Amino acid sequence: MLTKLTHDIATLSRRRWLAATAGLVLGLAAFSNAKAQETIKVGVLHSLSGTMAISETTLKDTILFLIEEQNKKGGVLGKKLEPVVVDPASNWPLFAEKARELITKDKVSVVFGCWTSVSRKSVLPVFKELNSILFYPVQYEGEESERNVFYTGAAPNQQAVPAVDYLMKDEKVKRWVLAGTDYVYPRTTNKILEAYLKSKGVKQEDIMINYTPFGHSDWQTIVADIKKFGSAGKKTAVVSTINGDANVPFYKELGNQGIKATDIPVVAFSVGEEELAGIDTKPLLGHLAAWNYFQSIKSPENEKFIKAWQAYTKNPKRVTNDPMEAHVIGFDMWVKAVEKVKSTDPDKVIDALPGIEAKNLTGGTSKMLPNHHITKPVFIGEIKANGQFDVVWKTPGLVAGDAWSKELEGSKDLIGDWVGKKCGNYNTKTNKCGGQGS
Amino acid sequence: MLAISLAVAFAAPALAGPFEDAVAKFANDDFSDTDEAIGAVATSGNPLAFPIISALQDGRLSADPDTKKVFITQADGKIIDAATGAAVDKLPDNAAAVRLNNRLRRAVEAALGGLTLLSPDPAKRIAAAQSVFKSHEESALSVIDGALAKETNKSVKAAFAEARAAILLYKSDATEVEKLEAVAVVKARGDQEAMALLTGLGGDLPPNVARAAASAIASIQSNLAMWSMVQNAWYGLSLGSVLLLAAIGLAITFGVMGVINMAHGEMVMLGAYTTFVVQEVIRNNYPGLFDYSLLIAVPLAFLVAGAVGVAIERGIIRFLYGRPLETLLATWGLSLVLQQAVRTAFGPTNREVGNPSWMSGAFELGQITITYNRLWILCFTLAVFVILLAMLRYTALGLEMRAVTQNRRMAASMGIATSRVDALTFGLGSGIAGIAGVALSQIDNVSPNLGQSYIIDSFMVVVFGGVGNLWGTLVGAFTLGIANKFLEPVAGAVLGKIAILVLIILFIQKRPRGLFALKGRAVEA
Repeated sequence: MLTKLTHDIATLSRRRWLAATAGLVLGLAAFSNAKAQETIKVGVLHSLSGTMAISETTLKDTILFLIEEQNKKGGVLGKKLEPVVVDPASNWPLFAEKARELITKDKVSVVFGCWTSVSRKSVLPVFKELNSILFYPVQYEGEESERNVFYTGAAPNQQAVPAVDYLMKDEKVKRWVLAGTDYVYPRTTNKILEAYLKSKGVKQEDIMINYTPFGHSDWQTIVADIKKFGSAGKKTAVVSTINGDANVPFYKELGNQGIKATDIPVVAFSVGEEELAGIDTKPLLGHLAAWNYFQSIKSPENEKFIKAWQAYTKNPKRVTNDPMEAHVIGFDMWVKAVEKVKSTDPDKVIDALPGIEAKNLTGGTSKMLPNHHITKPVFIGEIKANGQFDVVWKTPGLVAGDAWSKELEGSKDLIGDWVGKKCGNYNTKTNKCGGQGS
Repeated sequence: MLAISLAVAFAAPALAGPFEDAVAKFANDDFSDTDEAIGAVATSGNPLAFPIISALQDGRLSADPDTKKVFITQADGKIIDAATGAAVDKLPDNAAAVRLNNRLRRAVEAALGGLTLLSPDPAKRIAAAQSVFKSHEESALSVIDGALAKETNKSVKAAFAEARAAILLYKSDATEVEKLEAVAVVKARGDQEAMALLTGLGGDLPPNVARAAASAIASIQSNLAMWSMVQNAWYGLSLGSVLLLAAIGLAITFGVMGVINMAHGEMVMLGAYTTFVVQEVIRNNYPGLFDYSLLIAVPLAFLVAGAVGVAIERGIIRFLYGRPLETLLATWGLSLVLQQAVRTAFGPTNREVGNPSWMSGAFELGQITITYNRLWILCFTLAVFVILLAMLRYTALGLEMRAVTQNRRMAASMGIATSRVDALTFGLGSGIAGIAGVALSQIDNVSPNLGQSYIIDSFMVVVFGGVGNLWGTLVGAFTLGIANKFLEPVAGAVLGKIAILVLIILFIQKRPRGLFALKGRAVEA
């Protein structure tokens, strides 16, 4: 009896001891595991469903690709980067909700995201309130400089204005059709362009402005109007801020009605390699696009990037485009800034970013400016039969992005300067922050 | 042409001269050098000029930047040295096609125009005369004069006369009489290009000519204004046909059956994706059949969308008859599911659906341009409409469908399997939406969002035309199309669309059952 009891105690204690040891070992393992897996979280806020999925899905893939490449190099500050992908579903209020979720719940250090201006405007208050960082990779209408946002896409003076200059000088265009989708980016860009054209002596009757709804598909009347407008004996060109899906039927109609680039060239600001993938490009030969990057540009950086990207996506035909390059630059700048201040603290990174330089894919070095925009080269490309662009013109050097347009009355005296003046809309006339232009 | 150029190839002496220097400039990869080279080569009189310039236009002219040698790849794949015409075995490794921009393309067209004015092919001569008309290069005048004297073909002769008039109008030392005659010739042409030519004339004209030109512009303008009405009407018909095509399936599922089917647009999208898949298969396996791809896609799209339609009816909608709100929500959810499914399967980006050759391009009818794809879609829509109407009227299934919609219980007691008829009716409506997708893939994006852009228009047409009446859908679609196209030039695309919506709302207030209200029991059902 007694022996049995002692035996029981012995077994019990042995069991306990075993359990305790196992627990300790497990706990230790978990602890050390946690230590090895401590990561820096990177938020990706791009629509993966809904209307904008067509453009934004690629940008999500780009960030995942960049994170993988960075992790292969050992991550940042010795920690691996961990992507947190959310889907705001092309729904503008949902962008704000998802941004809040990324910052407060997932505790991301930085967010790469947004495409349309309205989605950016919708997340702005969230980034300000929670003091985080957003990298915005798409060309936009300008008239904004926020402390928490870094604009790696083109401002109007880095895309629209040089394109118009090219048409004026090289193609001797005298009459202008400004055609766009009816929302904030085309309206502001066209306002800037109209002011710019008038400052160059173009008369009101030589400018035709036309807006169409999102996803417009019946272009017969407008293309016929353009043809009519172009038959006034002066060289005519179309400046297109038509966005997204509407471009395909627009170009199809142009091709079918026989408007050739040699007669009336169309220069587009929202049509890139990705959009052309959905059209038969033969009738579009010679129409133009203005961007800061083209896949066809020959540079060692670009060739390396395209190769790695196509290997990553396992698709040898996968194209690259301008907003992707903007993410490449933005990501590189963020990594450099974090390594410079050895911290992911938003305040430190925001202060470190201006002045950071990163190689762009076209063989130059872009720099983050105090107004949170970057310097970029501007290229004009002509559409080739294979859906790629042939660069026919480029700016001699890099162009610094203006947050506030110099062409518009309301903004010509404003500058963004987050280094010296700590202000996004500093009025150089009245020397006050927050003042509107005279 | 090949024979000529080869013959020339052996006859031309290989000496360095101005022609060879000009050709070498193509190798500089500099647009202004290329421009000079085009001008020099075109006026050189060298028999190689035409092969060089036409190769340049087609991207068959390549240059070696190191040796400054320029090569033509001929249509049969043979390569010759552009400066001498001597045959070459293969292109050097670093030879690249000579690049063009729009300015150069215009120069090439003008040069080719001058070079092909004497082509034996009348169509080419007309094209050449057209490009001279546009460029009105003085240098072409002597060639035109010579050609005009020899020309026997009537339409070519007219084109030459117009080209000559265009040159004379812009020639500073032409006499007043010549210019007045030229104005008359250009006025007779009467199209937009004639107007462009006349309005482009500078102010330094003799007063008589200026007056004649002004009156010619005015008369062309009034003529064109009349044509623009015809044009608007045509655009209206064309838009109406697209609306009808999109709505006709809904006229069955919503109009006849009364199911508020928010997934209708996705049936259209499935049809468009079927077209894409058919074209992919044809492109990869039977490229010769590409022109027939749409004909093959039509029955397949009908089957695919029809089968999905039957599945939806059997799986979801039949449980929701008589509960319109639940049907609306369920089909709306279903439309999102279908969109995301397609997005996952085919990717979010647009898919390229090509136009077969018989659907590309346009022809001129008077002063308006009619594009083939729009014309075919109009014919196709009417054909689908007629077939559907005949089916409802003359087939057993059509009879059963009408019986079930008019009085379900009576039909059931007469021995009609009403639930089977429901499934088939819904399948038919969906299948027709699929067919619409085949046609719409020719003018719109093939993307997962394709259907969304048509769903509202489709409901608008069916409600406006009168629920349950196919003729109402037809009249409704064409009325909306034409009204839209007459409003658009006045109010702009955005306001035009709003105006149409407001008009429909007002109309529905007055006639809640649409243009053609259905009378009888079905109304109460």
